Amino acid sequence: MHEMSITRSILEIVGRQMAANNMNSLKKLTLRVGELTAIEPEVLRFCFDAAIKGTQFDGAALIIEEVPLGGRCRECAGEFRITAFDNCCPKCGSTNIDRVSGDELDIISMEGD
Amino acid sequence: MHEILIEEKILARNNEIAAANRQALSERGIYAVNLVSSPGAGKTSLIESMTRHLKDQSISFAVVEGDLEGDFDAKRVEKHGVPALQITTGRACHLDAHLIEHSLPWVLKHEGLKLLIIENVGNMVCPAEYDLGEDSMITVMSTAEGDDKPLKYPAIFAASEVLVINKTDLAPYTDFDIRKARENALKVNPYLKIFEASCRTGDGVKEFAAYIAKLAITKRSLKNT
Ligand SMILES: Nc1nc2c(ncn2[C@@H]2O[C@H](COP(=O)(O)OP(=O)(O)O)[C@@H](O)[C@H]2O)c(=O)[nH]1
Ligand SMILES: [Mg+2]
Ligand SMILES: [Zn+2]
Repeated sequence: MHEMSITRSILEIVGRQMAANNMNSLKKLTLRVGELTAIEPEVLRFCFDAAIKGTQFDGAALIIEEVPLGGRCRECAGEFRITAFDNCCPKCGSTNIDRVSGDELDIISMEGD
Repeated sequence: MHEILIEEKILARNNEIAAANRQALSERGIYAVNLVSSPGAGKTSLIESMTRHLKDQSISFAVVEGDLEGDFDAKRVEKHGVPALQITTGRACHLDAHLIEHSLPWVLKHEGLKLLIIENVGNMVCPAEYDLGEDSMITVMSTAEGDDKPLKYPAIFAASEVLVINKTDLAPYTDFDIRKARENALKVNPYLKIFEASCRTGDGVKEFAAYIAKLAITKRSLKNT
Protein backbone atom coordinates (compact mmCIF):
# COMPACT_ATOMS: atom_id res chain seq x y z
CA MET A 1 0.00 0.00 0.00
CA HIS A 2 1.70 3.15 -1.21
CA GLU A 3 -1.11 5.58 -0.43
CA MET A 4 0.83 6.40 2.76
CA SER A 5 3.93 7.41 0.77
CA ILE A 6 1.66 9.38 -1.55
CA THR A 7 0.14 11.10 1.50
CA ARG A 8 3.61 12.04 2.73
CA SER A 9 4.46 13.54 -0.66
CA ILE A 10 1.20 15.50 -0.62
CA LEU A 11 1.80 16.91 2.87
CA GLU A 12 5.37 17.84 1.96
CA ILE A 13 4.15 19.95 -0.95
CA VAL A 14 1.25 21.43 1.00
CA GLY A 15 3.50 22.25 3.97
CA ARG A 16 5.88 24.10 1.68
CA GLN A 17 3.02 25.96 -0.04
CA MET A 18 1.43 26.92 3.28
CA ALA A 19 4.70 28.36 4.56
CA ALA A 20 5.22 30.28 1.33
CA ASN A 21 1.71 31.72 1.61
CA ASN A 22 1.75 32.41 5.36
CA MET A 23 -1.05 29.97 5.93
CA ASN A 24 -1.26 28.41 9.40
CA SER A 25 -4.20 26.09 9.17
CA LEU A 26 -5.48 24.00 6.31
CA LYS A 27 -9.23 23.72 5.73
CA LYS A 28 -9.50 22.04 2.37
CA LEU A 29 -7.24 20.31 -0.08
CA THR A 30 -8.26 19.36 -3.62
CA LEU A 31 -6.56 16.61 -5.62
CA ARG A 32 -6.97 15.23 -9.12
CA VAL A 33 -6.62 11.44 -9.41
CA GLY A 34 -6.87 9.60 -12.72
CA GLU A 35 -8.64 6.28 -13.17
CA LEU A 36 -5.51 4.62 -14.57
CA THR A 37 -3.32 5.44 -11.59
CA ALA A 38 -2.62 2.84 -8.94
CA ILE A 39 -4.33 5.04 -6.35
CA GLU A 40 -7.42 3.91 -4.52
CA PRO A 41 -9.23 7.13 -3.51
CA GLU A 42 -10.80 5.55 -0.43
CA VAL A 43 -7.44 4.23 0.79
CA LEU A 44 -5.84 7.60 0.14
CA ARG A 45 -8.58 9.31 2.14
CA PHE A 46 -8.02 6.91 5.02
CA CYS A 47 -4.26 7.51 5.03
CA PHE A 48 -4.71 11.26 4.74
CA ASP A 49 -7.11 11.44 7.69
CA ALA A 50 -4.75 9.33 9.80
CA ALA A 51 -1.65 11.32 8.85
CA ILE A 52 -3.01 14.81 9.57
CA LYS A 53 -4.09 14.13 13.17
CA GLY A 54 -2.27 16.46 15.54
CA THR A 55 -0.46 18.30 12.76
CA GLN A 56 -0.87 21.73 11.20
CA PHE A 57 -3.13 20.02 8.63
CA ASP A 58 -5.52 18.60 11.24
CA GLY A 59 -9.19 18.90 10.32
CA ALA A 60 -8.60 19.54 6.62
CA ALA A 61 -11.18 18.16 4.22
CA LEU A 62 -9.82 16.15 1.33
CA ILE A 63 -11.57 16.57 -2.00
CA ILE A 64 -10.61 14.06 -4.68
CA GLU A 65 -11.63 14.85 -8.26
CA GLU A 66 -11.57 11.52 -10.05
CA VAL A 67 -10.70 11.71 -13.74
CA PRO A 68 -11.97 8.89 -15.96
CA LEU A 69 -9.83 7.17 -18.57
CA GLY A 70 -10.62 9.34 -21.57
CA GLY A 71 -10.08 8.79 -25.27
CA ARG A 72 -10.14 10.91 -28.40
CA CYS A 73 -10.87 9.44 -31.81
CA ARG A 74 -8.38 10.19 -34.57
CA GLU A 75 -11.01 9.57 -37.23
CA CYS A 76 -13.98 11.63 -36.05
CA ALA A 77 -12.29 13.70 -33.29
CA GLY A 78 -14.98 12.59 -30.80
CA GLU A 79 -14.10 12.47 -27.10
CA PHE A 80 -15.39 9.73 -24.82
CA ARG A 81 -14.79 7.63 -21.75
CA ILE A 82 -12.94 4.37 -22.35
CA THR A 83 -14.74 1.64 -20.44
CA ALA A 84 -13.36 -1.86 -19.82
CA PHE A 85 -10.44 -0.99 -22.11
CA ASP A 86 -12.55 -1.45 -25.24
CA ASN A 87 -10.36 1.20 -26.97
CA CYS A 88 -13.07 1.87 -29.47
CA CYS A 89 -14.82 5.09 -30.49
CA PRO A 90 -18.50 4.84 -29.52
CA LYS A 91 -19.50 7.18 -32.37
CA CYS A 92 -17.73 5.76 -35.42
CA GLY A 93 -16.32 2.46 -34.15
CA SER A 94 -12.73 3.31 -34.97
CA THR A 95 -9.99 1.82 -32.81
CA ASN A 96 -7.61 4.55 -33.91
CA ILE A 97 -7.79 6.46 -30.66
CA ASP A 98 -5.53 8.36 -28.30
CA ARG A 99 -5.77 8.28 -24.53
CA VAL A 100 -6.16 11.81 -23.29
CA SER A 101 -6.80 11.46 -19.57
CA GLY A 102 -6.63 9.02 -16.67
CA ASP A 103 -3.04 9.20 -15.43
CA GLU A 104 -3.39 12.41 -13.39
CA LEU A 105 -2.01 12.56 -9.86
CA ASP A 106 -1.95 16.24 -8.94
CA ILE A 107 -2.62 18.69 -6.17
CA ILE A 108 -4.99 21.30 -7.56
CA SER A 109 -5.47 23.79 -4.73
CA MET A 110 -5.70 24.41 -1.01
CA GLU A 111 -7.79 26.58 1.26
CA GLY A 112 -6.98 27.76 4.76
CA ASP A 113 -6.20 30.68 7.06
CA MET B 1 -9.85 32.03 4.29
CA HIS B 2 -8.49 31.99 0.80
CA GLU B 3 -7.96 29.45 -1.93
CA ILE B 4 -4.49 29.03 -3.36
CA LEU B 5 -3.90 27.31 -6.65
CA ILE B 6 -1.06 24.80 -6.47
CA GLU B 7 -1.27 22.66 -9.64
CA GLU B 8 1.68 20.43 -8.89
CA LYS B 9 2.24 16.74 -9.55
CA ILE B 10 2.18 14.87 -6.26
CA LEU B 11 5.24 12.89 -7.31
CA ALA B 12 7.08 15.89 -8.76
CA ARG B 13 10.01 15.40 -6.39
CA ASN B 14 10.33 11.69 -7.22
CA ASN B 15 10.16 12.51 -10.93
CA GLU B 16 12.93 15.11 -10.58
CA ILE B 17 15.24 12.62 -8.89
CA ALA B 18 14.30 9.97 -11.48
CA ALA B 19 15.27 12.39 -14.25
CA ALA B 20 18.64 12.97 -12.56
CA ASN B 21 19.16 9.20 -12.25
CA ARG B 22 18.30 8.76 -15.92
CA GLN B 23 20.78 11.49 -16.82
CA ALA B 24 23.57 9.97 -14.71
CA LEU B 25 23.02 6.52 -16.25
CA SER B 26 22.78 7.93 -19.78
CA GLU B 27 26.05 9.80 -19.40
CA ARG B 28 27.67 6.43 -18.85
CA GLY B 29 25.69 4.77 -21.62
CA ILE B 30 23.99 2.36 -19.22
CA TYR B 31 20.56 1.01 -20.14
CA ALA B 32 18.32 0.54 -17.11
CA VAL B 33 15.29 -1.69 -16.67
CA ASN B 34 12.80 -1.78 -13.82
CA LEU B 35 11.49 -5.34 -13.30
CA VAL B 36 8.10 -5.52 -11.60
CA SER B 37 5.69 -8.35 -10.79
CA SER B 38 3.65 -9.94 -8.04
CA PRO B 39 5.78 -11.81 -5.50
CA GLY B 40 7.02 -15.07 -6.97
CA ALA B 41 6.27 -14.47 -10.66
CA GLY B 42 9.92 -15.12 -11.41
CA LYS B 43 11.85 -11.83 -11.56
CA THR B 44 14.96 -13.19 -9.85
CA SER B 45 14.75 -16.44 -11.83
CA LEU B 46 14.55 -14.45 -15.06
CA ILE B 47 17.68 -12.48 -14.13
CA GLU B 48 19.48 -15.73 -13.29
CA SER B 49 18.37 -17.38 -16.54
CA MET B 50 19.34 -14.37 -18.66
CA THR B 51 22.85 -14.18 -17.27
CA ARG B 52 24.43 -16.71 -19.64
CA HIS B 53 22.82 -15.14 -22.71
CA LEU B 54 23.80 -11.62 -21.70
CA LYS B 55 27.38 -12.73 -21.08
CA ASP B 56 27.42 -14.45 -24.49
CA GLN B 57 26.61 -11.06 -25.99
CA SER B 58 29.27 -9.31 -23.87
CA ILE B 59 26.68 -7.30 -21.99
CA SER B 60 28.23 -6.62 -18.62
CA PHE B 61 25.47 -5.82 -16.18
CA ALA B 62 24.73 -5.21 -12.52
CA VAL B 63 21.61 -5.83 -10.48
CA VAL B 64 19.95 -3.74 -7.78
CA GLU B 65 17.58 -5.85 -5.71
CA GLY B 66 14.68 -4.24 -3.88
CA ASP B 67 13.01 -6.19 -1.11
CA LEU B 68 11.14 -5.50 2.08
CA GLU B 69 13.93 -7.22 3.98
CA GLY B 70 16.73 -9.78 3.62
CA ASP B 71 19.33 -10.15 0.88
CA PHE B 72 18.30 -13.53 -0.52
CA ASP B 73 17.80 -12.33 -4.08
CA ALA B 74 21.13 -10.46 -4.23
CA LYS B 75 22.86 -13.63 -3.01
CA ARG B 76 21.12 -15.71 -5.69
CA VAL B 77 22.25 -13.33 -8.42
CA GLU B 78 25.82 -13.05 -7.08
CA LYS B 79 26.18 -16.82 -7.36
CA HIS B 80 26.14 -16.31 -11.14
CA GLY B 81 29.06 -13.91 -10.93
CA VAL B 82 26.87 -10.85 -11.38
CA PRO B 83 27.42 -7.88 -9.04
CA ALA B 84 24.29 -7.31 -7.00
CA LEU B 85 23.32 -4.72 -4.42
CA GLN B 86 20.45 -5.34 -2.03
CA ILE B 87 18.24 -2.43 -1.02
CA THR B 88 15.78 -3.07 1.75
CA THR B 89 12.75 -0.82 1.77
CA GLY B 90 11.52 -1.72 5.26
CA ARG B 91 7.80 -1.04 5.15
CA ALA B 92 7.68 0.63 1.75
CA CYS B 93 6.17 -1.68 -0.84
CA HIS B 94 8.05 -0.19 -3.79
CA LEU B 95 11.38 1.32 -4.74
CA ASP B 96 11.47 5.03 -5.41
CA ALA B 97 13.87 7.29 -7.28
CA HIS B 98 15.53 8.40 -4.05
CA LEU B 99 16.50 4.83 -3.10
CA ILE B 100 17.95 4.31 -6.57
CA GLU B 101 19.82 7.62 -6.33
CA HIS B 102 21.57 6.22 -3.26
CA SER B 103 22.54 3.04 -5.10
CA LEU B 104 24.03 4.89 -8.09
CA PRO B 105 27.54 5.37 -6.63
CA TRP B 106 27.71 1.58 -6.28
CA VAL B 107 26.37 1.07 -9.81
CA LEU B 108 28.69 3.61 -11.42
CA LYS B 109 31.83 2.27 -9.79
CA HIS B 110 31.58 -0.75 -12.14
CA GLU B 111 33.57 0.03 -15.27
CA GLY B 112 32.16 -0.80 -18.68
CA LEU B 113 28.65 -1.51 -17.46
CA LYS B 114 26.09 -1.64 -20.27
CA LEU B 115 22.97 -2.66 -18.39
CA LEU B 116 21.42 -2.11 -14.97
CA ILE B 117 18.61 -4.40 -13.93
CA ILE B 118 16.54 -3.16 -11.01
CA GLU B 119 14.34 -5.80 -9.43
CA ASN B 120 11.51 -3.96 -7.75
CA VAL B 121 9.65 -5.15 -4.65
CA GLY B 122 7.13 -7.88 -5.51
CA ASN B 123 3.97 -5.85 -5.90
CA MET B 124 1.73 -5.19 -8.88
CA VAL B 125 0.25 -1.94 -7.66
CA CYS B 126 2.59 0.51 -6.01
CA PRO B 127 5.66 0.48 -8.31
CA ALA B 128 3.47 1.70 -11.18
CA GLU B 129 3.54 5.30 -9.95
CA TYR B 130 7.24 5.53 -9.16
CA ASP B 131 9.60 6.40 -11.98
CA LEU B 132 13.09 5.27 -10.96
CA GLY B 133 14.93 6.72 -13.94
CA GLU B 134 14.80 3.49 -15.94
CA ASP B 135 14.67 3.27 -19.73
CA SER B 136 11.98 0.65 -19.64
CA MET B 137 9.65 -0.93 -17.15
CA ILE B 138 9.21 -4.66 -17.60
CA THR B 139 6.30 -6.49 -16.02
CA VAL B 140 6.61 -10.21 -15.37
CA MET B 141 3.43 -12.21 -14.91
CA SER B 142 3.32 -15.98 -14.56
CA THR B 143 0.90 -18.60 -15.76
CA ALA B 144 0.32 -19.44 -12.10
CA GLU B 145 -1.63 -16.17 -11.86
CA GLY B 146 -4.86 -15.20 -13.60
CA ASP B 147 -4.91 -14.29 -17.28
CA ASP B 148 -7.17 -11.36 -16.33
CA LYS B 149 -4.37 -9.76 -14.29
CA PRO B 150 -3.85 -6.93 -16.80
CA LEU B 151 -7.48 -5.87 -16.35
CA LYS B 152 -7.25 -6.08 -12.56
CA TYR B 153 -3.96 -4.19 -12.29
CA PRO B 154 -4.04 -1.96 -15.36
CA ALA B 155 -1.73 0.77 -14.01
CA ILE B 156 1.36 -1.41 -14.02
CA PHE B 157 0.66 -2.80 -17.50
CA ALA B 158 -0.03 0.69 -18.81
CA ALA B 159 3.25 1.96 -17.36
CA SER B 160 5.32 -0.89 -18.82
CA GLU B 161 7.06 -1.17 -22.17
CA VAL B 162 7.57 -4.92 -22.03
CA LEU B 163 5.65 -7.89 -20.62
CA VAL B 164 7.18 -11.30 -19.95
CA ILE B 165 4.71 -14.14 -19.48
CA ASN B 166 6.77 -16.55 -17.39
CA LYS B 167 6.31 -20.17 -16.30
CA THR B 168 4.93 -21.24 -19.68
CA ASP B 169 5.99 -24.77 -18.66
CA LEU B 170 3.16 -24.71 -16.11
CA ALA B 171 0.50 -23.48 -18.54
CA PRO B 172 -0.79 -26.99 -19.40
CA TYR B 173 -1.54 -27.58 -15.71
CA THR B 174 -3.42 -24.34 -15.08
CA ASP B 175 -6.43 -22.68 -16.67
CA PHE B 176 -4.24 -19.75 -17.67
CA ASP B 177 -4.92 -18.92 -21.31
CA ILE B 178 -1.79 -17.32 -22.80
CA ARG B 179 -3.68 -16.01 -25.82
CA LYS B 180 -6.23 -14.33 -23.56
CA ALA B 181 -3.51 -12.91 -21.31
CA ARG B 182 -1.85 -11.33 -24.34
CA GLU B 183 -5.17 -9.96 -25.51
CA ASN B 184 -5.95 -8.44 -22.10
CA ALA B 185 -2.48 -6.94 -21.79
CA LEU B 186 -2.73 -5.34 -25.24
CA LYS B 187 -6.15 -3.92 -24.40
CA VAL B 188 -4.64 -2.06 -21.48
CA ASN B 189 -1.49 -1.13 -23.38
CA PRO B 190 -1.50 -1.53 -27.16
CA TYR B 191 2.22 -0.70 -27.33
CA LEU B 192 3.34 -3.52 -25.05
CA LYS B 193 6.08 -5.81 -26.39
CA ILE B 194 5.28 -9.32 -25.15
CA PHE B 195 7.57 -12.29 -24.58
CA GLU B 196 6.77 -15.79 -23.37
CA ALA B 197 9.36 -17.58 -21.27
CA SER B 198 10.03 -20.43 -18.92
CA CYS B 199 12.92 -20.05 -16.52
CA ARG B 200 12.47 -23.74 -15.72
CA THR B 201 13.03 -25.06 -19.27
CA GLY B 202 14.84 -22.01 -20.61
CA ASP B 203 12.30 -21.58 -23.40
CA GLY B 204 12.07 -18.03 -24.66
CA VAL B 205 14.67 -16.65 -22.25
CA LYS B 206 17.27 -16.28 -24.98
CA GLU B 207 14.91 -14.21 -27.15
CA PHE B 208 14.06 -11.92 -24.24
CA ALA B 209 17.72 -11.55 -23.28
CA ALA B 210 18.61 -10.77 -26.91
CA TYR B 211 15.98 -8.05 -26.99
CA ILE B 212 17.33 -6.42 -23.83
CA ALA B 213 20.91 -6.82 -25.08
CA LYS B 214 19.99 -5.02 -28.29
CA LEU B 215 18.45 -2.12 -26.39
CA ALA B 216 21.59 -1.85 -24.23
CA ILE B 217 23.91 -1.98 -27.24
CA THR B 218 21.87 0.66 -29.03
CA LYS B 219 21.99 2.98 -26.06
CA ARG B 220 25.74 2.50 -25.71
CA SER B 221 26.32 3.21 -29.41
CA LEU B 222 24.29 6.42 -29.16
CA LYS B 223 26.58 7.54 -26.36
CA ASN B 224 29.70 6.80 -28.40
CA THR B 225 28.64 8.79 -31.45
N1 LIG C 1 7.76 -23.99 -13.00
C1 LIG C 1 8.40 -22.83 -13.02
N2 LIG C 1 8.77 -22.25 -11.88
C2 LIG C 1 9.41 -21.06 -11.94
C3 LIG C 1 9.71 -20.43 -13.16
N3 LIG C 1 10.33 -19.26 -12.90
C4 LIG C 1 10.45 -19.18 -11.56
N4 LIG C 1 9.90 -20.26 -10.98
C5 LIG C 1 9.80 -20.54 -9.52
O1 LIG C 1 8.94 -19.57 -8.94
C6 LIG C 1 9.39 -19.24 -7.63
C7 LIG C 1 9.57 -17.75 -7.47
O2 LIG C 1 10.57 -17.30 -8.35
P1 LIG C 1 11.44 -15.99 -8.08
O3 LIG C 1 12.38 -15.85 -9.21
O4 LIG C 1 11.99 -16.01 -6.71
O5 LIG C 1 10.28 -14.88 -8.16
P2 LIG C 1 10.34 -13.32 -7.79
O6 LIG C 1 9.72 -13.18 -6.44
O7 LIG C 1 9.49 -12.64 -8.83
O8 LIG C 1 11.76 -12.89 -7.83
C8 LIG C 1 10.68 -20.01 -7.42
O9 LIG C 1 10.39 -21.16 -6.69
C9 LIG C 1 11.12 -20.35 -8.82
O10 LIG C 1 11.89 -21.54 -8.88
C10 LIG C 1 9.30 -21.07 -14.38
O11 LIG C 1 9.48 -20.59 -15.49
N5 LIG C 1 8.63 -22.27 -14.25
MG1 LIG D 1 12.91 -11.88 -6.38
ZN1 LIG E 1 -14.69 8.13 -33.96
